[in-house]
Amino acid sequence: MAKKVLVLGELKGGELRNVTFEAIAAASQVANGGEVVGVLFGENASSHAEKMIHSGADRVLVAENDELKQFTTDAYTQAFLQVVESEKPEGIMIGHTSSGKDIAPRIATKLGAGLISDAVDVEVNGDDVVFTRPIYSGKAFEKKQIEEGLVFATIRPNNIAPLEEDTARTGDITTVDVDIKDLRTIVKEVVKKTSGGIDLAEASIIVSGGRGVKSAEGFKTLEELAEVLGAAVGASRGACDAGYCDYSMQIGQTGKVVTPDLYIACGISGAIQHLAGMSNSKVIVAINKDPEAPIFDVADYGIVGDLFDVVPKLTEAFKKELA
Amino acid sequence: MNIFVLMKRTFDTEEKIVINDGVVDEEGAEFIINPYDEYAIEEAIVLRDEHGGEVTVVTVGDEEAEKELRTALAMGADKAVLIDMEDFDEEIDHFTVAEALTAYLKEQDYDIILGGNVAVDDGAGQVAPRVAEGLGINQVTTITGIQVDGEKVEIERDVEGDVEKIETSLPLLVTCQQGLNEPRYPSLPGIMKAKKKPLDTLDIDDLDLDEEEIAAKTKTLDKYLPPEKGAGKVLEGEIDEQVNELVSLLKNEAKVI
Repeated sequence: MAKKVLVLGELKGGELRNVTFEAIAAASQVANGGEVVGVLFGENASSHAEKMIHSGADRVLVAENDELKQFTTDAYTQAFLQVVESEKPEGIMIGHTSSGKDIAPRIATKLGAGLISDAVDVEVNGDDVVFTRPIYSGKAFEKKQIEEGLVFATIRPNNIAPLEEDTARTGDITTVDVDIKDLRTIVKEVVKKTSGGIDLAEASIIVSGGRGVKSAEGFKTLEELAEVLGAAVGASRGACDAGYCDYSMQIGQTGKVVTPDLYIACGISGAIQHLAGMSNSKVIVAINKDPEAPIFDVADYGIVGDLFDVVPKLTEAFKKELA
Repeated sequence: MNIFVLMKRTFDTEEKIVINDGVVDEEGAEFIINPYDEYAIEEAIVLRDEHGGEVTVVTVGDEEAEKELRTALAMGADKAVLIDMEDFDEEIDHFTVAEALTAYLKEQDYDIILGGNVAVDDGAGQVAPRVAEGLGINQVTTITGIQVDGEKVEIERDVEGDVEKIETSLPLLVTCQQGLNEPRYPSLPGIMKAKKKPLDTLDIDDLDLDEEEIAAKTKTLDKYLPPEKGAGKVLEGEIDEQVNELVSLLKNEAKVI
């Protein structure tokens, strides 16, 4: 059955996030010949709406209220629910990002709906819409379906391929009136801590360090490699516990779960709880002194050696290669 | 201050997952308090010690979860409540669990409710925000710092690595992120005291809920392990040669750069 599917786009640093295009691709499958309606909130949202159409949305609804400049649970939940009320969609796709994770369950509860979180794949067979999602931080997977009614899912970044951009596509861009009131949260300040603005969840390359990095200073070596590759820097729990880096960088079962195209593990032994967070990366490189380290069991390519010898040489080699 | 903590009993993060016919094999597996919920319990105890009041830890599960509830009491919580789903005949999902917790909390006098950001088994992070919506209260997710001063609450929140400084007020639900605190281990006297602390069990009838109305909205068709990865290639030779070979493999074979 053809469906009308809403996709909540997301702006970060004045740009649409990749997960928006990935969610549009998921939505166009779920729509199954129906309509994909983009929804975008925030400053200058209308200037980004066209790109959602080029990426597969049929039309886009935008709201640029002052209260939507900065994400808050209340403002975004209220605004989105008003759009849902007027559009009456049969499907909703939202990125499984910090803000998507925050509001999607609230919206589902308000609508009395089921929700499938963190989908990495979607298959549509007639009326059946089946989502695949990781469980146990990627140690296993499950296939899930909504029992009936609204098909509602959040889409994990970096997994579903976006549709090819088509700049010839056209569609209506409409500003909607949303009424936002009684905000209970004030965001006073946002302190940027991420390096170069590359988010671990969306990074296509991650350079990650473990206890073998030995100190906060040691992470500079990895940062240099990351800079050459345009990569994000991650860490194992061991490195975070030892105080070499911030917990926001932790990858693993009690940290972030990542699926980049390339994961370079430096001085990480590969404890099971770390492997859970990164073993579904497309290509894994391990650099470790200990040839018996379990990280080599999941690595596609391994170098046995001291990371402080290997990583600077790798940085130089990539510099030449990518120059 | 009346403080409630939403807790889940989960597989130990060190456990390997075994699946037979689409069902996760729990035989012999170690269970723990979901690590993110430990941050919630710790913060609840800290808030109580600072502001007075009581910490109640609530879980939805079966009687096996009494062990984890006792651990929470041994850490320093005052009361524990098990919402027992043993006799629940319908399927259970996040919606079901959230409805049960919401029904329980609606009857309580709460100032703040703390939960983990996510459970390490299912990984959805749905239950706590669903409860906040069900109760009609504000929420702040993935917090790494909290200060309560009367009704006023100042929070630091992790947003994909950046920090948002937030001002809000009670009543409030928060979900706890790594970095918030260092959960304490239960002390021996704590373990002794926990045995005498109240642990109440309720079921769906006690909460005046109808099974069919809170039955799962989603269904699981299958669970499976990812395909095993074949052994990779460990490079050989001088470090310089290995480095050059690696760059060439990543470019030409793996095609990721």
